[in-house]
Amino acid sequence: MTALALQQYLDFAYIAAVVLFILSLRFLSSPTTARWGVLAGEIGAALAVVATLFNPEVAQYKWVLIPLIIGAGVGIPLGMVHMTAVPQRTALSHAFGALSAAMIGIAEFYVGTAPVTRFQMGEIGLEVIIGSLTFTGSLIAAGKLQEILPQRPIVYRGQNIVSLSVLGAALGLAVALVVNPAHATLFPIMVIVALIFGVLLVTPIGGADMPTVISLLNSYAGFSAALLGFVLNSKVLVVAGALDGSSGFILSVIMCKAMNRSFTNVMFGAFGQVQTSAAAAKEERVVRSATPEEAAAILLAANKVVIVPGYGMAVAQAQHKVRELYDALTKKGVDVRFAIHPVAGRMPGHMNVLLAEADIPYDRLIEMDEINGDFPQTDVALIIGANDVTNPAARTDHSSPIFGMPILDVDKAHTVMVIKRSMNPGFAGIDNPLYYLDRTLMLFGDAKQFVGGIVRELGGGH
Amino acid sequence: MPADFISNLYVFILAGFVGFEVIKRVSPLLHTPLMSLTNALDAIVVVAAIIIAGRHEARLTTVLGAIAVAASFSNMVGGFVITDRMLRMFKSGGSKKS
Repeated sequence: MTALALQQYLDFAYIAAVVLFILSLRFLSSPTTARWGVLAGEIGAALAVVATLFNPEVAQYKWVLIPLIIGAGVGIPLGMVHMTAVPQRTALSHAFGALSAAMIGIAEFYVGTAPVTRFQMGEIGLEVIIGSLTFTGSLIAAGKLQEILPQRPIVYRGQNIVSLSVLGAALGLAVALVVNPAHATLFPIMVIVALIFGVLLVTPIGGADMPTVISLLNSYAGFSAALLGFVLNSKVLVVAGALDGSSGFILSVIMCKAMNRSFTNVMFGAFGQVQTSAAAAKEERVVRSATPEEAAAILLAANKVVIVPGYGMAVAQAQHKVRELYDALTKKGVDVRFAIHPVAGRMPGHMNVLLAEADIPYDRLIEMDEINGDFPQTDVALIIGANDVTNPAARTDHSSPIFGMPILDVDKAHTVMVIKRSMNPGFAGIDNPLYYLDRTLMLFGDAKQFVGGIVRELGGGH
Repeated sequence: MPADFISNLYVFILAGFVGFEVIKRVSPLLHTPLMSLTNALDAIVVVAAIIIAGRHEARLTTVLGAIAVAASFSNMVGGFVITDRMLRMFKSGGSKKS
């Protein structure tokens, strides 16, 4: 087999991989075919990796096979993490993806197949900057989600100016390298400055904005891989990077829409500035509370119950108790459904995965737009660890920082029950008028224990 | 402007549109597995890393390439494993075990 013919076989393998990747994402359109998507992706990836091992450019296998074994050794445990750890695992995998894209770009700068032209320098510079900032930014995001780092946004005066100057410096160094690629000493400085910018980019963002940040980092990781495809003239990387990049981009847009905010608003932390004033305007108002026994009695009397899960359910790891509640109520003939807000939790789709893990059938998980019309016919809306996504001020109060954000219209249900630790305002520090309605009952306590208490009452009521 | 750049740009734009159309149809129910699956697919940069490490041109590039191989391959393996685990959990009401 001549070298040219072999190269063509490799190209066919890559084309097959690309087709399988697109099919893989197509299968994901429905939960019934989704697992075929994983299979298609696996076959495509295996085909591409095995074909590459036959590439005549691979002159030695020691430093290929050892890292492959290490990669598998790290990847398998990271694939086996508990479902509650999925957001931080995802952030970590964005970091790994960006790290490898940046490493390859750096390697390409130092020993390219030919001296680096100005055009290639521009491509490499941009690719390495995006890869590096995504690497550190994703590590910070993972640290926040794992609660190694403080989850609250860390802000200081003049922050945006500092961050943008650092980004400007990295881009300036890239431009200097394009003007004269011989200034090789500037290259490592550019990498370091880009790494610093990644830290500055994500540090001021926290809490409820995490779904948007994770999606944005996903899109950056994808686009850095696509740019790497340009640098190396590898179409399989261009396609895979474009698919990943557009997926992250679409998710970012969905998350932003679900919070009625723009990209710039999320990235430059307008939330942090308003929240203090909103918290200060709080006044004493009367709330009604209830015990697990009372809550159980109200739920039993209901025909239709909608449960609204939020990040608090994930924190309390209450999803299995919630499943017991679902089972107990369903057995008594109560119709129970779950209302899922797009930004509930810490990443897109977070609540769905947790509830699916607890064996709740996915046809009971209803999206916001679909379920909102049903709240007026709902007897009880039971809110477990969600706050801002149920705040009616978003509809009515023009001065509220979340005004205009699409919410779940739980206040239209006949009775509203809210499981909450205390009357402390939620993460964004915004007071929720829902809690002071006549139809609202506050159920104070830990989500897992309180739901467990209700389940016990229901079990004893034969 | 190199000719390769233009042909790559064609591919990038077309793939971007295909991605947009395909991903738009993914049920919001599956947005978390979507993210882990695209992560695994994106880890195809491992093929570039294998060549950089395998060319064995200089110590620096071999080290950088080897790190890239390990990082991207862990994403590929871990991404497929966790996506499959998540998707296995999604059951419809009909097949629900009691």
